Amino acid sequence: MILGHRLSELCGHGPSLETDIALTNISLDLFGQVRNIFQYAAQLKGGDTTEDTIAYLRTERQYHNCILLEQPNTDFAHVICRQFLFDAYQKMELEQLTNSQDETLVAIAVKSLKETKYHLRFSSEWVKRLGDGTEVSHQKAQAAINHLYPFVFEFFNETEHEKVMKEAKIGCDLAIMKEDYFTQINTLIAEATLIVPESKPRFVQGKTGIHSEQMGHILSDFQYMQRVYPNMAW
Amino acid sequence: MVTGQIHIDNEQVYDALQSVSDPEIPVLTVLDLGVIRRVAVKNKIVEIDLTPTYTGCPAMDTIAADIATALEKIGLHTQIKMVLSPAWTTDWISEAGRNKLEEYGVAAPLGEEADKRALLEGERLVKCTNCQSTNTKLISQFGSTACKALFQCDDCLEPFDYFKCLR
Repeated sequence: MILGHRLSELCGHGPSLETDIALTNISLDLFGQVRNIFQYAAQLKGGDTTEDTIAYLRTERQYHNCILLEQPNTDFAHVICRQFLFDAYQKMELEQLTNSQDETLVAIAVKSLKETKYHLRFSSEWVKRLGDGTEVSHQKAQAAINHLYPFVFEFFNETEHEKVMKEAKIGCDLAIMKEDYFTQINTLIAEATLIVPESKPRFVQGKTGIHSEQMGHILSDFQYMQRVYPNMAW
Repeated sequence: MVTGQIHIDNEQVYDALQSVSDPEIPVLTVLDLGVIRRVAVKNKIVEIDLTPTYTGCPAMDTIAADIATALEKIGLHTQIKMVLSPAWTTDWISEAGRNKLEEYGVAAPLGEEADKRALLEGERLVKCTNCQSTNTKLISQFGSTACKALFQCDDCLEPFDYFKCLR
């Protein structure tokens, strides 16, 4: 959802009409996917919880997204590299969820996977095009990879929730995804004539609710309508 | 095997559903599109299972509201359930729907392999809806809606939409 919001900020601001439409299309898919998940979560939780209260009315610490996804739309290279690093992870995560013991999660994963594969193709092609493009695009892509790479380690920090879900055989086993993930992204980064940065994992705990300073800015924009006009609907 | 077209006994209900079109591609009815997966009429209440084309497709809410209105007109109430599984595929678009798409100016989806070759390897397989030439190229993987990609014909130079194959 947070990445979907970041991409939605680009609506009307993409570098060209086609990329603008592509990024907002991806945003729409991400919102659609998360909507399915929130509807299911609301149904499980019951009471007054709705997809909207989950999306709009949590406090910052109650959002559990990875910090990579909060990173700003610095330039097109950052937007594309952030997308690629996430798409590669999300594809593997959804593939695992298609084997979940929870039928609803399987249905959501099967449906979402078709979309995510398409996103990954788009972002991979663009990483190659930027990395192996002009001198300027190469420099910008390398700067983006250098900046974003340390954040990807967070995907594989297993939280308590993820552990419980894994043990109940409804979630993912992050440990078995990790090696594959790094092989895949490093191969593509090299193919794009870029250098895989020698970076250590940054101390990041987005998944436990500790966010970067970006998150407050995102939420002030994202939650504005529901905070100012509670319960407003379309 | 799950097929695209479902059988609806009640003629009135069939006609009402046939009057509801996709707001983004108005030539296609919801039945042509294959998004209605089950219809059961029980004491003036029509139970309908609806499946989304793409998860974020904003047309789905409108379609559900339009179906309810159309059935309301013939004195029936609806209970619409959104189902995700099995996931929608472009194979469920009816033959009539495919023809209507082409006439409307949207190239109908090719098979999965041909789709990949056209979208990923740039093979010239998608037929221009204006002049029927296959001398066409992909302009953008993403088009005006989630279900379409943007192509251009190199013979007549017309840009056109291609309805992506989804399986």
